[in-house]
Amino acid sequence: MIGPVIDILLLSFMIVIALAVVRMRDLFGVAMLVSLFSLLCAGVFTVMDAADVAFTEAAVGAGISTILMLATLTRTARRERRRASGVSILPLTVVCITGALLVFGTSDLPRLGDPDAPIHKHVADRYLQRSGEEIGIPNVVTSILASYRGYDTLGETAVIFTAGIAVIALLGLRRRRPRPARRREGNDALGETTVVSTAAVADEPVQGRPEKGGDG
Amino acid sequence: MRFSQLYNYEIAIFLSMIGFYVLVSRGNLVKKVAGLSMFQTSVFILYISMGVVQDGTVPILVDGVRVYSNPLPHVLILTAIVVGVATTAVALALIIRIKEAYDTVEEDEIHEQDRSF
Repeated sequence: MIGPVIDILLLSFMIVIALAVVRMRDLFGVAMLVSLFSLLCAGVFTVMDAADVAFTEAAVGAGISTILMLATLTRTARRERRRASGVSILPLTVVCITGALLVFGTSDLPRLGDPDAPIHKHVADRYLQRSGEEIGIPNVVTSILASYRGYDTLGETAVIFTAGIAVIALLGLRRRRPRPARRREGNDALGETTVVSTAAVADEPVQGRPEKGGDG
Repeated sequence: MRFSQLYNYEIAIFLSMIGFYVLVSRGNLVKKVAGLSMFQTSVFILYISMGVVQDGTVPILVDGVRVYSNPLPHVLILTAIVVGVATTAVALALIIRIKEAYDTVEEDEIHEQDRSF
């Protein structure tokens, strides 16, 4: 009966990390904590018998997301700008109402691990009983992913392709152009300082651009 | 394994609401993406919790095992994780682009600059 104990322990670690993310202003630290959050989540998935999901979460969620976020931090500010506030009331209200509605919504779900829950009564049973002979590999998750629901995976690939195109369109192509016409900053109130700083950015080589003074 | 209540769902909702709070209350765009990422991960926990079967095991067919956890939520969440990273990548690319155009990634400063045109 060690499973639920580990489950609760990992989930409480995750709560602590999430609260730390709320308070932390150093964005490098935030990136690391979000990575740790994903890694603990992979642990929770392992406890809940979802080995394939745990692998993917550890590799993609904790790995690739973190690399992307760190890459973004090298191109933007390292620290969040300090604001006057403490807790802001309106977001907190919205979040509390949403959370209360969601808890209300879960109140009549079947209890955790109930073998008679509706989710287990539909196609899942058939997959478990027949996929061994129909597909011929022992891992049922792989059978469903690549065969029974192969079109889902094809759609997923299309989404990733689109996202790749979008990132290339946003970041990749413009480097070949001569310096693009900057926004019409010359003739407005905050013009002068902005023009100077963006011009400085544009003159520097893209790789290894040093972080500019503080938080902007 | 014995699960007798709904605590996994409640904790997942609590975690996702923390992520939601970061998303709506913080002005820094990178931090917003971090909050969105936590929100997403918590929803995965919610789904995987639904697939747990008492005394079940990992859905890999082995002789002598009769109870497996439900593989269907696992497949859906595998897809969701990968799609989530793809959307995060686009969001971060947009942030880099915003930084170059506005020279800041703080939401209120961007609004300020937009108003002055």
